[in-house]
Amino acid sequence: MEANEHEHVIEVTDLRRVYGGGFEAVRGIDFSVRRGEIFALLGTNGAGKTSTVELLEGLAAPAGGRIRVLGHDPYTDRAAVRPRTGVMLQEGGFPSELTVAETARMWAGCVSGARPEREVLALVGLETKAGVRVKQLSGGQRRRLDLALALLGDPEVLFLDEPTTGLDAEGRRDTWELVSALRDGGTTVLLTTHYLEEAENLADRLAIMHEGRIATTGTPAEVTASEPSRITFELPRGYFVGDLPPLAELGVSEHEVDGRTVRLRTRDLQRAATGLLVWAERAGVELRRLDVRSASLEEAFLGIAKGASTRTPATKEYAA
Amino acid sequence: MSTTVTTPTSRMTALARAELTLLGRSKGTLVAALFVPLVLPLSVRSAAEEMDLAEAGLTPGTVVLPAAVGFSLLFAVYSALVGVFVVRREELVLKRLRTGELRDGEILGGSALPAALIGLAQCLLLAAGCSVLLDLSAPSAPHWAVLGLLLGLVMCAALAAVTASFTRTGESAQVTPMPLMIVSMIGSGMFVPLELLPDRLASVCEVLPLTPVVTLVRGGWTGDLGASEALGAVATAVAWTLLSVFAVQRWFRWEPRR
Repeated sequence: MEANEHEHVIEVTDLRRVYGGGFEAVRGIDFSVRRGEIFALLGTNGAGKTSTVELLEGLAAPAGGRIRVLGHDPYTDRAAVRPRTGVMLQEGGFPSELTVAETARMWAGCVSGARPEREVLALVGLETKAGVRVKQLSGGQRRRLDLALALLGDPEVLFLDEPTTGLDAEGRRDTWELVSALRDGGTTVLLTTHYLEEAENLADRLAIMHEGRIATTGTPAEVTASEPSRITFELPRGYFVGDLPPLAELGVSEHEVDGRTVRLRTRDLQRAATGLLVWAERAGVELRRLDVRSASLEEAFLGIAKGASTRTPATKEYAA
Repeated sequence: MSTTVTTPTSRMTALARAELTLLGRSKGTLVAALFVPLVLPLSVRSAAEEMDLAEAGLTPGTVVLPAAVGFSLLFAVYSALVGVFVVRREELVLKRLRTGELRDGEILGGSALPAALIGLAQCLLLAAGCSVLLDLSAPSAPHWAVLGLLLGLVMCAALAAVTASFTRTGESAQVTPMPLMIVSMIGSGMFVPLELLPDRLASVCEVLPLTPVVTLVRGGWTGDLGASEALGAVATAVAWTLLSVFAVQRWFRWEPRR
């Protein structure tokens, strides 16, 4: 098959999507995904993640820009692309009166080179539910059925729209392991998620979308590197921020005080934490509720979402 | 690894099989589709006995059978399929199917197949029943009757997709098929043969979608159908089918409105 494993399996250039009412959901985005990579689209509700993924799946034609999936336009060249992709929509889409096995059999009949249904159901832990009607499945079980069907044709490219929404912690971890294993086997995965932890754990690269645009993109480490780390603690009665060593010397860039609680932000976490702890040791001060944490995706995400909320209050909510 | 590549036929078969299972589990649809078309012809029979049929060269049998075929197409195929298309759309099944290898036409065709087959079986059963119970003789020009029935099945499936394009929910799918069903029952020669209507009214009724089917089935049995009349009926049915396909391509919604 394709020799160059660094080829771009998905290429998106200046992509736009406009809905019937004139709402511009995707406003000119560019990114590409290499073979065997997990790429995550993160964003607030209404950021345009699902709108983007549906265009990549070829469900609708873009209002502007260009998409190439495996070298083809997924909308106009449907027949060339579909046998090589697997899709998990954000919501089920199964007749509620069919059983799990009947649903899988139906889908298998529509997929070239389908694996045995039992095999994929076992892969997602649904082998004991084969005779159960879809309407009797829990939300998490339905997500897993959807994943099983997306995997039926051993796709080269997998689109997963919020694959773990509604799953419990264990189910989520199982799905992560499965998706990682697929990636290790050479499958290219594009997923959207609300869960920052999911993107941090799973994604090789990610993009954070906001209001139809990509606000930031890179590896999880690159995206978080631009964010400061945080130190939070409570000062005992009788001590004030002024009693701490000069904050600038500790490498602290910002601080805020809220009653007894002190929050510090720094780009040099080790220096700041060491300076603070050495001071506390010498002064015999107990720093209660001490919390030291590196910059995380959550910081980057909230920063982007917050930047937005000052402009448009309507998009303030962020789901995690 | 041996790879089985799907074909349009294999994909539609897989879909049709699932739809057939679903049809078997939907009691309401099943009753409406299976029993109503078998019961309604009885009321036509009593009406037919009061008409002056001999003058128009008709018998109770050649009035009841075309009407029965019409009922079957309207209830078992048209009305049932409006419900199937709308409910599958609301369940996001159509959207799901469109992410795969199935083409749009295959999705609608495969979903329509079980209802169309039931309609076909029902019509054959009704023909046999009418022959036995109403002393209906063997058809004089069976090819017109068969052509009329097959055109009717395809057209009703296509019309159902058009109606589904303008139907939002499963509940409204029980109402939106009504106009065409009522118009057809009154105007397509099902209760009252067009031969018994004033000429001007009859010529308007001739262009209704189900009229050519009734005309072809009746003409197939009586043998009174001239070639030009028969071809005119075929053209009308084909025109309605093509118009429906065009309308579906333009207006059919694959996802619920948000």
